[in-house]
Amino acid sequence: MRKLLNFLTNFLAPVSLLILVSTLSGCGYNALQSTDEQVQSSWSEVLNQYQRRADLIPNLVNTVKGFAAQEKEVLLGVTEARSKAGSIQVSPELIDDPEAFAQFRNAQGELTGALSRLLAIAENYPQLKSDANFRDLQAQLEGTENRIAVARNRYIKAVQEYNVTVRSFPGNLTAMMFGFKVKPNFTVENEKALSTPPAVDFGAPATAQ
Amino acid sequence: MIRYLNLLFLVLLFTLANHALAEIAIPPLKSHVTDLTGTLSSTEISRLEQQLVDFETQKGSQIAVLIVPTTQPENIEQYSIRVAEAWKLGRKGIDDGVLLLVAKNDRTLRIETGYGLEGVLPDALARRIIDEIIVPEFRQDHFFSGLQAGIEHITRIIEGETLPESKPAGGTNLAVENIIPFLFIALVLGRTLQSMFGKMAGATITGSIAGALTWLISSSIAVALLIAVAIFVISLFEQTGRIIHRGGPGYRNWPGGGFSGGSFGGGFRGGGGSFGGGGASGRW
Repeated sequence: MRKLLNFLTNFLAPVSLLILVSTLSGCGYNALQSTDEQVQSSWSEVLNQYQRRADLIPNLVNTVKGFAAQEKEVLLGVTEARSKAGSIQVSPELIDDPEAFAQFRNAQGELTGALSRLLAIAENYPQLKSDANFRDLQAQLEGTENRIAVARNRYIKAVQEYNVTVRSFPGNLTAMMFGFKVKPNFTVENEKALSTPPAVDFGAPATAQ
Repeated sequence: MIRYLNLLFLVLLFTLANHALAEIAIPPLKSHVTDLTGTLSSTEISRLEQQLVDFETQKGSQIAVLIVPTTQPENIEQYSIRVAEAWKLGRKGIDDGVLLLVAKNDRTLRIETGYGLEGVLPDALARRIIDEIIVPEFRQDHFFSGLQAGIEHITRIIEGETLPESKPAGGTNLAVENIIPFLFIALVLGRTLQSMFGKMAGATITGSIAGALTWLISSSIAVALLIAVAIFVISLFEQTGRIIHRGGPGYRNWPGGGFSGGSFGGGFRGGGGSFGGGGASGRW
């Protein structure tokens, strides 16, 4: 019998603590914390992939220049869009500020557009298209655009989950108390335009014909 | 305000509609090779299967082949990442899975590379395997030889990479695989305690211990409560002995490498690897 009592004191304590903690988390504080953390980590993945794309560009531009130097306008467009996207200060507060977020989103969107124009003109230069270096870069760019799309989708989901927690009861009260705010997200139209990797649209079908 | 809400509602509807359109079923992962088009003969399937099982036993990486008629309305990249996320190919934490997806009627294919293999199998290389090895065969409708050559190339490349031994890394995190031996131990403990304190008390104690341990290990209260209740209920049942016996072989398989162990028993499942959209696509 004493053994039983021993067991009860030893194991009822953690169990009751467990119940206490689970009631505490009922106010949504833990959910807020974990969804917020999820948003942060998916955001760094998005940034990571955008950075990866930016790193690919100088090489790509140089390679295209070697074969199609006369396409100054398009080449310049890419370089400018890249430096514009790179000039935006990416602070952790960016994802909480709808205006700064939109600015970031647009700058990256412009870069996507400029890159797809670059790949489209590459179609006119058979030598460029068959250049091994260019083909590798193109594959890397396609892969990176796809990674960006995946990272963005995960970010969208993470923000949705976070926003639902912030908006719905009882999380909204806790959120108000601790200063958690609804975060801006990538929008649907924007998503459609950006989730189409440029090279898939312009490169592959044309070569297949 | 109302207008804003309306807009929100529309956007929501639009996303929902998009999602509804996007839903092409992902086939369950039963073996390394899944052919939904009947392109490959059963001998060809078992040969590819053997190739992939051997590689997994030897190296630990999971490579799976999926042939579907179409990925429409999604493009192959979108479908591919959904399959990869659902199947979780590759070992957890090592993320050494590869999905080779073929959409036969779309005439597109894709190599989806797990996070852990992005270094050894970069997009450009994946693209070359597609363009130079697989596509020429596919153009002549030689699907089997194209796949075989492609897989051979991929495995040879991965072989060059030093990956952890084909055993689970002995993790601190509580994966589903770790629950099986855990359950086993809990049940043995439950029997002992029940003979000491009687049925009800023994089951309660076992449940609490299991819950507390799970909580400590996984730091997830929900999982801990679930485990505690499950162990309690199982301990109460008369057929405890039988469950232990059935749990036996599973437990013995487990230290041998969990995931690959599964492939011998006929069932094959993903080891928990993650994907980030790396790889390359092509068409023929």
